[in-house]
Amino acid sequence: MIRLIALLVLLAGPVFAVQPDEVLDDPALEARAREISAGLRCPVCQNENIDDSNATVSRDLRLRVRERLLAGDTNEEVVDYLVYGKPGEFAGFGEFILLRPEAEGANLVLWLAGPLALILAGFAGWATIRSRRSAGTATDLTEAEKSRLQEILKS
Amino acid sequence: MITELGHFALILAACLAVIQVFLPMIGAQKGWRDWMATADATAPAQFILVGGSFAALTYAFVTSDFSVLLVYENSHSAKPMLYKVSGVWGNHEGSMLLWVLILTIYGASVSWFGGNLPEKLKARVLSVQAAVSVAFYAFILFTSNPFLRLDNPPFDGQDLNPLLQDPGLAFHPPFLYLGYVGLSMSFSFAVAALIEGKVDAAWARWVRPWTLSAWLFLTIGIALGSWWAYYELGWGGFWFWDPVENASFMPWLVGAALLHSAIVVEKREALKSWTVLLAILAFAFSLLGTFIVRSGVITSVHAFATDPERGVFILAIFVVFVGGALTLYAARAATLEAKGVFSLVSRESGLVLNNILLAVAAFVVFIGTLWPLFAELVLGRTLSVGAPFFNAAFSPFMVALGIALPLGGVLAWKRGSLKRAMTSMMPVLVLSLAVGGLGFAMATGRSGLAPLGIALGAWVTFGGLADLWMRGGKNAFGVRLSRILRLPRADWGKALGHVGLGITIFGISALLGWQTEDIRTAQIGDRFPVARWEIELKSVEEVKGPNYTAQRAEMIVWDGPRQVADLFPEKRFYPVAGMPTTEAAIQNGILRDFYLVIGDPQTGGGYAVRTYVKPFANWIWGGAILMALGGLLSLTDRRLRVAAGATRATPNATVAAE
Repeated sequence: MIRLIALLVLLAGPVFAVQPDEVLDDPALEARAREISAGLRCPVCQNENIDDSNATVSRDLRLRVRERLLAGDTNEEVVDYLVYGKPGEFAGFGEFILLRPEAEGANLVLWLAGPLALILAGFAGWATIRSRRSAGTATDLTEAEKSRLQEILKS
Repeated sequence: MITELGHFALILAACLAVIQVFLPMIGAQKGWRDWMATADATAPAQFILVGGSFAALTYAFVTSDFSVLLVYENSHSAKPMLYKVSGVWGNHEGSMLLWVLILTIYGASVSWFGGNLPEKLKARVLSVQAAVSVAFYAFILFTSNPFLRLDNPPFDGQDLNPLLQDPGLAFHPPFLYLGYVGLSMSFSFAVAALIEGKVDAAWARWVRPWTLSAWLFLTIGIALGSWWAYYELGWGGFWFWDPVENASFMPWLVGAALLHSAIVVEKREALKSWTVLLAILAFAFSLLGTFIVRSGVITSVHAFATDPERGVFILAIFVVFVGGALTLYAARAATLEAKGVFSLVSRESGLVLNNILLAVAAFVVFIGTLWPLFAELVLGRTLSVGAPFFNAAFSPFMVALGIALPLGGVLAWKRGSLKRAMTSMMPVLVLSLAVGGLGFAMATGRSGLAPLGIALGAWVTFGGLADLWMRGGKNAFGVRLSRILRLPRADWGKALGHVGLGITIFGISALLGWQTEDIRTAQIGDRFPVARWEIELKSVEEVKGPNYTAQRAEMIVWDGPRQVADLFPEKRFYPVAGMPTTEAAIQNGILRDFYLVIGDPQTGGGYAVRTYVKPFANWIWGGAILMALGGLLSLTDRRLRVAAGATRATPNATVAAE
């Protein structure tokens, strides 16, 4: 029975993300691997990075990240390798796996949306405050009120 | 039979809602009191009917009536009772029924507690509310009927997704829906006010409690969901910027902005048209959230309903209501004249800044959530927008908000002095920087920004407390204390809400900065060091639960010779659903959580074991609870209950009464 359960559990796939056998001996390199992994999306999952994912392909990706790091790549080189691949050797997964889209081309709209909205909202807010500030200084008295005021001042 | 009665009750409620759309609105236009009064009968009647309908569905789940398709698909006779009940809303059809149930609760509440509302406003609000209900009744009856039967009832059901069989998640949807749907009240009030062409201090005071309650439920709902993710998903993540999370976060942000701008309308009769727009937008984001979740249009972990027909239906509801309200707004906004005057440095301006930052932050979340969809449909690119984007693009606005909050909170209305605010907050600033410095000294180097976040959290927290303290005036300690204790509850709510926000910021920063992680293969009997503790894998055994089997480990946390915790992490397997789950064992502490996970047996013997020490993790949700409590306290302020009546609603009467 226990064997059967163990088998079922194994068939259901690993429930773990990073496995002990993947962890690099060099803590600095492992930390870099983690940093890179956090920005890479598991290609078959729904919004999970490869570190948190249980899919086999994520394990492959994690191992590749570490392979490249051990080969001496910089973080950018590792990411570029996984996204665009290496001609003749590996096709790459495309920009889909980037959880942080590159700030180029149409993606600039995405990246600049916040700052631009802030500037626009800032102007709108400024205009509102200005109009509220000047509203008080203007005299809004009607002719009748003015003459009444004159009367009061005279008496 | 009972199921059919439930179905019938729902249809009847839909008919009543149609009546409620027209009679009160026509009555309000023509000034016919008896027509307006019909809403007071139909709104509670709708509630009773939908309540009965919901009870009928619950009965089918509790009695495991597998002749009902929905029960067959989402339940199992061996499932614990709690999850039989929560299974009612753990699926698309049932959750939509819960949605309309809450909609009718709010409608009935306006009828019951809205005695101080002017007759016409109340009639119009209930009419708009009924229009929203009609749309959702139609949605349920035509595309998502929960009462469908099976011709040949099967022997047993297919069980609920095991991830959803959890106390945290059982109550997460109802709270979230109370929030989402509560914002429909603000929407109805906004539309009614636009039809009437009148927004004044009294209106703001009536709309505030509804917004406040919606927002506080949303806070609890989001916190529950985040807490669930923390302990259930197996690595202690608490926020993933998943589209479905964003769907609840956007209305929360806009709702928070609305709460603050409504204060300006209430106290100073300014920002009227902006507040009305926010009320419309807040509900628009609720509908958008419903669309995202229910259509599955954006692939995400939560998308358990992928059916284009439903998506299109909700999109139509969205377009009709939001489009209609915005058109009405465009036509009428100019008539909403501002009255109050304030200078550049004032509480009003501070609240304008609050609104700018919250609205822009919500906009960033909006763009980021929908960008992959846009890129695929328009640009033909498949790309992802995930946590790293949001961390970079969203956080700066929250940081700016946090920096400004304690200063803006103590500025005077109309004309304040920034210098005075700075001087009074100087001790708080020094204290916060000291806390941040301490954080820097103790950080494990995981995130360089953590100490800044810790300082910011402290700044907001202590700033909230200092605000309260200053309200006591420069008196002797005892006098001061009693003055503070006698402050209106809304002031306490404000302080508590802000302190809660600060604590959440602190918790998130501390967790990111100080977390320790350990992944290894451990043999039974092994003892290994993690941070300043030692973890022992004592034993692993097979156990059997009601509807699952599990591999359960016993692990002990040692602090030197002293045993700190005895924990039992599990790896479960649900045979009916064919799905494994990890049940992390967590020892919750005020200063840190021990978070242990047991994994698969390894080929060389032993088990994969993950250990985390998560400092101040509970402060994240503790802060959220404080925020919700702050909202609750504000809600019980007598000024909201003893509302300004219609007769007293002359422009400055309510302000003068402060």
